[in-house]
Amino acid sequence: MQYFPHTSEELSEMLSVAGVKSLDELYSDVPEAIRFRREYNLPEAMSEIEIRDYFDRLATLNDPLTCFAGAGCYDHYAPSVIQSIIQRSEFLTSYTPYQAEISQGTLHYIFEFQSMMAEMTKMDISNASMYDGATATAEAAMMAIAAGKKCDKVLASATLDPKVRAVLDTYGHFHGFDVVTIPEKDGQTDLSTLNSQLSTLEGVAGVIVQQPNYYGIVEDFSNIADMCHSAKSLFIINSVIADLAILRAPGEWGADIAVGDGQSLGIPMNFGGPGVGYMCCTEKLIRKMPGRIVGLTKDNRDQRAFVLTLQAREQHIRRQKATSNICSNQSLMALYVTIYLSIMGTQGVKEAAELSYAGAHYLHDALVATGYFKPRFEGPFFNEFCLTYDGDVDSLIEECADRGFLAGVKIDEHTIMIAVTEQRTKQDIDLLVETIKTIREDAA
Amino acid sequence: MNNRLYGNLIFELSRPGRRGYSLPANSFGKYSTADLPETLRRKEEAELPECDELTVVRHYTNLSHNNFGVNDGFYPLGSCTMKYNPIINEEIAARPEFTAIHPLQPDFTCEGSVAVISELRKMLSELTGLYDFTLNPMAGAHGELTGLMIIRAYHESRGDDARTKVLIPDSAHGTNPASAAVCGLEVVEVKSLTDGTVDVEDLRRLVAENQGTIAAMMMTNPNTLGLFERSIPEIAELIHAEGGLMYYDGANLNPMLGACRPGDMGFDVMHINLHKTFSTPHGGGGPGSGPVGVRKGLEQFFPTVGAFNGNFGVYIKALVYILTLGRENISMVGPLATLNANYIKERLKDVYELPIEGLCKHEFVFNGLKDKSTGVTTMDVAKRLLDYGYHAPTIYFPLLFHESLMIEPTENESKETIDGFISVMRRIAEEALSDPEMVKSAPHTTPIGRVDDVLAAKHPVVTYRQILSE
Repeated sequence: MQYFPHTSEELSEMLSVAGVKSLDELYSDVPEAIRFRREYNLPEAMSEIEIRDYFDRLATLNDPLTCFAGAGCYDHYAPSVIQSIIQRSEFLTSYTPYQAEISQGTLHYIFEFQSMMAEMTKMDISNASMYDGATATAEAAMMAIAAGKKCDKVLASATLDPKVRAVLDTYGHFHGFDVVTIPEKDGQTDLSTLNSQLSTLEGVAGVIVQQPNYYGIVEDFSNIADMCHSAKSLFIINSVIADLAILRAPGEWGADIAVGDGQSLGIPMNFGGPGVGYMCCTEKLIRKMPGRIVGLTKDNRDQRAFVLTLQAREQHIRRQKATSNICSNQSLMALYVTIYLSIMGTQGVKEAAELSYAGAHYLHDALVATGYFKPRFEGPFFNEFCLTYDGDVDSLIEECADRGFLAGVKIDEHTIMIAVTEQRTKQDIDLLVETIKTIREDAA
Repeated sequence: MNNRLYGNLIFELSRPGRRGYSLPANSFGKYSTADLPETLRRKEEAELPECDELTVVRHYTNLSHNNFGVNDGFYPLGSCTMKYNPIINEEIAARPEFTAIHPLQPDFTCEGSVAVISELRKMLSELTGLYDFTLNPMAGAHGELTGLMIIRAYHESRGDDARTKVLIPDSAHGTNPASAAVCGLEVVEVKSLTDGTVDVEDLRRLVAENQGTIAAMMMTNPNTLGLFERSIPEIAELIHAEGGLMYYDGANLNPMLGACRPGDMGFDVMHINLHKTFSTPHGGGGPGSGPVGVRKGLEQFFPTVGAFNGNFGVYIKALVYILTLGRENISMVGPLATLNANYIKERLKDVYELPIEGLCKHEFVFNGLKDKSTGVTTMDVAKRLLDYGYHAPTIYFPLLFHESLMIEPTENESKETIDGFISVMRRIAEEALSDPEMVKSAPHTTPIGRVDDVLAAKHPVVTYRQILSE
């Protein structure tokens, strides 16, 4: 199979207009020593039937499991209309909306996306999306460094997802800022240490915390904003956005920048991507923000119109002086969550969050009741929690997987982290508990 | 695409109490978020739209009608490789056996997904002549940044800490210097000759001046004018002799398929835009994918640049594309893309100014109309093309010319499509003489006319809440 429409007559006519005798001659400017003259070592071309067979075979090597894992990627409900709309080729096969006159579809939904992210986070401003929550956090750190005066470090809570922290460390190392850990106490950010760090350390551009934190605990961020601002640092919160339907929003905590991953808004897990990152900030910081921003304007017929704006921040204008190198982001996935939030609405996001919360607490108590598990931390949790297991967590996860369940994510040898979404019925949950009991009884 | 502005925002269709979702009843009894301490709960609701399902479906369908994609018509956007996005790619990538896999599942339960990644890495290595790839970067610019991180890590591992400069030609994509800056590197600009290629003598001087501090040279080949940099072996030798590495910006890889591999040109590190060369859809600006390939020995420096495995869904589409074309056809991609570009160039160069004669690769750049007497600019030509149902080429890039108009047709376009475009471009050149005001005020038939960019930037309104408070 191939997608070339050229007939042999057309080929010869076009070659003659191009002033060459053969396709090969089109490359006469490439030195012979570096020409590629053999066949690629690749499989032969496949027909659609063969392609389907090939992937049928790969698909059988995957076991979709009933998912109780989270750690930054959640199995939330995806309303059926979304996939059908995002597959519309006018959205799917377009590019960056530089030509506003024929891109109002994209520009409109980005404006809606920005509006919805600002609502969920209760921040003033949002951009058009970031790659994922981890890179959005790293970009927020760079934004804080750029906004600060003589700043060379950010503080990051020990309760930040270690995968996010790893990306933050990567960016910090190469961009040239330090990431200093705020220690944890019983699974929560140690606020008294943070306070002394802010008063003793010089050049702290920002403080980064996570909600719910990596262990699923909902932390109390009261007073952090004041601590940050009196130290002339920015307060950055990374949140699991779906949980903000219920939880106090970054804007309500006094955050300057809110970032995170949008995957929890119904995006399929897809082995980790594509998802979408979001970044919101206060109005004051808008010109420091990385990435694309869509703004309201008018056209020359006096109609309301949307357009990419504040482009003077961006790489194609500012080159090495840009606020970031990001250009293409995750636009289609921004459309995904925009449709998700349109379908769910104010009530739907709350109801889904409520179900996730209730299911998680139900499972938590049922597992503790088996006697094999104990709560690992004391703090309140939302839909994800850590339990200490009296056996080996790896083998528990493996044995559950053999029986069709992804029981959770290993934190350490004896700690498992488990997440529940609105997709998990009471029956699913009871079955997981029964399965674990059976595994234990069989072993005994 | 239709020409009537739809114009609504979903918020304006909202009516309190409408529902578009359905969820199961809560059967978990006593548990409620009301049990959370009040200080942890939000005070003010998120004001999201409240709509029924049909309203939502119609809204987004109507919005799509105000958009233009490759499936709507010719999209010769230079540097972006707007090729056809095969439907089979989408079908396979949507299979639930792939989409329902959690990234932290035990390996033995996701061997199919792992195989997708390992197969694609192998194929990209073969296609580029490099040793290994990390697929994790989520866009081209992200790949550039990742590649530069690898280069810095390599120098650091040798204790060669003084290498903090990157040589970048003045014709480079804007992301190149921006990625270098994000990576903590200093940009040294290399001049182009009047024929648009790197001035090797200037480069030699810069290399000598910056001895011991050059981390890398970043290039795309063919360059952004669509011209093949013939001196590439000499440039690579010069940089390697100085101790630097060669970085290949894969944005322009498409014409090289079947002709020349970056690894064989002397590049050590590169990124690929799967959404350009390997046919995955651009999605209105992502999700793309920017895998980074390296010469043997550099794979140990792959950094962590994302939480999980990158944009996995995009890999499946690229893998389907490579398998579909197979070794017989993939070698034709570059030559046919190059033929299409040269054909357009030759058929239009009598009315549009071609600053640099000779063979181009997959794209080329005009410096506006040949006859500039009526004041019709590249912007006007671009806007007038929209009236005729074409997407505009890339405009005002590269910065080497004042009126750059960068055309890239890709290998998928038929001769009729291209001939249609050529005749419209010629007609616009005639209109520029016969009715310049009409061209300057184009477009006339699109859903909206030209927009006021200054208004948008002077007083940014970027959320619906701001509209309400106006």
